[in-house]
Amino acid sequence: MKTTAKAKAATQNACKLCNPLGACLAFRGIEKCVPFLHGSQGCATYIRRYLISHFKEPVDIASSNFNEDTAVFGGSHNLQLGLKNVTLQYKPEVIGLATTCLSETIGDDVDMILRDYEKLFPDTKELPLMIHASTPSYQGSHIDGFHAAVKATVEKIAEGGQKENLLNLYPNMVSPADLRHMKEILEDFNIPYVLLPDYSETLDGGPWDEYHRIPKGGTTVSAIRKSGKASASIEFSSVLAANKSAAGYLEKKFDVPAYTMTLPIGIKQSDVFFELLEKLSETPLPEKYEDERRRLVDAYADGHKYIFEKKAIVYGEEDLVIAITAFLTEIGITPVLCASGGKSGHLKKRLEKIVPNIDNTDILVRDGVDFVDIEEEAKVLKPDLLIGNSKGYTMSRKNNIPIIRIGFPIHDRFGGQRQLHLGYRGTQELFDRIVNTILEERQNSSPIGYTYQ
Amino acid sequence: MDKLEILEGRKQSVFEKNKDVEAFDISCETTSLSGSVSQRACVFCGSRVVLYPVADALHIVHGPIGCAAYTWDIRGSVSSGPELHRLSFSTDLQEMDVIYGGEKKLYNSLIELIDQYTPKAAFIYSTCIIGLIGDDIDAVCKKVSAEKGIPVLPVHSEGFKGTKKDGYKAACDALMKIVGTGSTEGIGKHSINIMGEFNLAGEAWIIKKYYEEMGIEVVSTQTGDGRVDDIRRSHGAALNIVQCSGSMVKLAKMMEEKYGIPYMRVSYFGIEDMSKALYDVASHFSDNPAILEAAKNIVRREVGEIYPQLMKYRTALSGKKAAIYVGGAFKAFSLIKALSSVGMDVVLAGSQTGNKDDYEGLKEMCDEGTVIVDDSNPVELSKFVLEKKADLLIGGVKERPIAYKLGIGFCDHNHERKIPLAGFVGMENFVKEVYQSVMSPVWQFAPRKGGKS
Repeated sequence: MKTTAKAKAATQNACKLCNPLGACLAFRGIEKCVPFLHGSQGCATYIRRYLISHFKEPVDIASSNFNEDTAVFGGSHNLQLGLKNVTLQYKPEVIGLATTCLSETIGDDVDMILRDYEKLFPDTKELPLMIHASTPSYQGSHIDGFHAAVKATVEKIAEGGQKENLLNLYPNMVSPADLRHMKEILEDFNIPYVLLPDYSETLDGGPWDEYHRIPKGGTTVSAIRKSGKASASIEFSSVLAANKSAAGYLEKKFDVPAYTMTLPIGIKQSDVFFELLEKLSETPLPEKYEDERRRLVDAYADGHKYIFEKKAIVYGEEDLVIAITAFLTEIGITPVLCASGGKSGHLKKRLEKIVPNIDNTDILVRDGVDFVDIEEEAKVLKPDLLIGNSKGYTMSRKNNIPIIRIGFPIHDRFGGQRQLHLGYRGTQELFDRIVNTILEERQNSSPIGYTYQ
Repeated sequence: MDKLEILEGRKQSVFEKNKDVEAFDISCETTSLSGSVSQRACVFCGSRVVLYPVADALHIVHGPIGCAAYTWDIRGSVSSGPELHRLSFSTDLQEMDVIYGGEKKLYNSLIELIDQYTPKAAFIYSTCIIGLIGDDIDAVCKKVSAEKGIPVLPVHSEGFKGTKKDGYKAACDALMKIVGTGSTEGIGKHSINIMGEFNLAGEAWIIKKYYEEMGIEVVSTQTGDGRVDDIRRSHGAALNIVQCSGSMVKLAKMMEEKYGIPYMRVSYFGIEDMSKALYDVASHFSDNPAILEAAKNIVRREVGEIYPQLMKYRTALSGKKAAIYVGGAFKAFSLIKALSSVGMDVVLAGSQTGNKDDYEGLKEMCDEGTVIVDDSNPVELSKFVLEKKADLLIGGVKERPIAYKLGIGFCDHNHERKIPLAGFVGMENFVKEVYQSVMSPVWQFAPRKGGKS
């Protein structure tokens, strides 16, 4: 299906965030790492606030805190002072440094500044490891920053050598619950693994008796170091270019075979994932997951009539949109609009792999859109459901369309960090929520209010 | 766990009130220390918070997407009519715009958005990058204003050019350009502007009702539930009353200088300060004794209504310890009094933007041993609440997880609150919220209260 919408000059109610946010999130998934933004104080504070509102956890992000002199004379002094202070205060083993529009535009040579800083410490034991990701806010969106940080981390730390029985998993920007699920699966397959990033504990942890400057958890540096010796990498992404991906880098540099696949949501995509694990581990699918799959197939049967030919608008990061589209098409829901604020240029091509001949279907694909664009389409398409992050609530309320909140951010509901999306189990949760949303809608709008469904 | 230390560069911003400290010379009103993880945002944030509630104006953020995305519908400033302020508009600058300049995109965006939304005025916020690429936004604003016939006001809020306070100034400068452009016909002599009141959860309406009941005409509320036309004629008021003085005293001073309108500082938090805010205004209009009579009646009635409840809470809260870390120091004064009225002791009083006089005042008000701090950070705040054994932390979104992680009650007294805390009814809400958090049985599981860690 084709859109008749015309391009706008301004972005209204953006369906994306800026590049440095993604980098900060990824850096939170490395053990003993403090994210550090080279830019204005506001960048760090706004991003902290945005992340805290979703994860409900302390998120400390340092800033070099530019002032007018910094902008004129360069950020070297502020950055070095900031590194020194953050090291004193947080005692990190790693500092994950991401740039902003400000530092990128004045043209700071961050690598050189870091080298100069390192020279000040002849005893390198006093120095945290410093990773630098280039994340100018005027390029791409938060998901690009996320991948940039993961790739920069691997580039900085990974070493090659004799191959080991080890799997790298680059899971994309998923929830702490998803990360925990991935670890459980890999452990059940008995595969030694390096999951990067892993903020399952740092952004969804327990109570403290003392303040933890850096919460425990995260992928260790020693594990990341070994990722060049892994026997394979799996990367969940449909649109990420090989030259921007950690798995792509490791394949090129250390001959670690890269398996790139769509996020495993839905039976078919989860099958791909589990079959890949069976192959790489030479272990058959553990019974537990056979059971989960069986229950899911059974649930599809039990729920199919409630949802068949319902129309949904799916929005969010391109990779998530593609994965959800794959899932919806296997349960009989029509994704009438697949929309993303991101613009890799690959969204439609990748969707065509799932839905051949997409132009001749009822599915409209739009990238680089904002929520006002999506709302305009919604008025014409009249969907039964919106599926995406909580920022769709504004249009949901205005147009009276139920919203199913998934992904990031979820700012107006509780427990977004514990929401599962991946594998048979995550699909089951999503499926149940979708069916229940439809049932609730039916029940509320019915003059009778049936007590059985 | 090693000891939490305060950074060398921060030591002059932290004081503990006791007899040993003779010289109290707190360092404040400076930019944040690089690497300290300040809880402050930036210049842009200061401007955005002051202007945001003007509900019939277009607020367009000129820069890359982040600044607009992170401030979309960020405050609980409610409107009784138009809700244009709840939408997020950005020029969403891309790399090519940064190279070739963003003026054209700004111009096109403004024309497009003004045509679409027909606002009464437009505020154009400059972000960091505009200060570098040298867009002449004043010229663009002038041009669009001439073409569209509405005020189009540049707000010079480049994030790195100072602190949040400089953003307040930039916002006041923009407002001052509208003040005086409307007719003052029909405005009576007992008239006021309510300034520095942002109508969070409808607070401005509560306050306005009190003054109107006293027979006082409210010409404008700035900027809560704000309207451009009201601001235009606000120079016709006889008196400006300013809450949140850090943000809007500047405008009151400009109005005093240009239009001879006197101003007074007030606070609406707690019984004592709320009553004073009514009595002070009544004294100003002493030519009409009925106003004072009415004020007395309101205070008598309202206090009578909430008193029994407060006494109930007082029994439970008496002797509990509170830590306060808020944006403006003036609010801290009120909170100390309000907490004291229910028997609570304040063990920490800090703010993001206080000045020397404010901190001197806080020192006078507080008991021995109270920590007084400017521009603090998570590590310091944690250290203080732990050392001082606080039962409650009052702050904003970024402080909340610190409290909860450590098993401490929390009250959001920042711009995200959904319950009015101003006015007499607000005092009851405030104490109720404090009670509900401090007395919750969930803390029995917190490690600091004997639960497992």
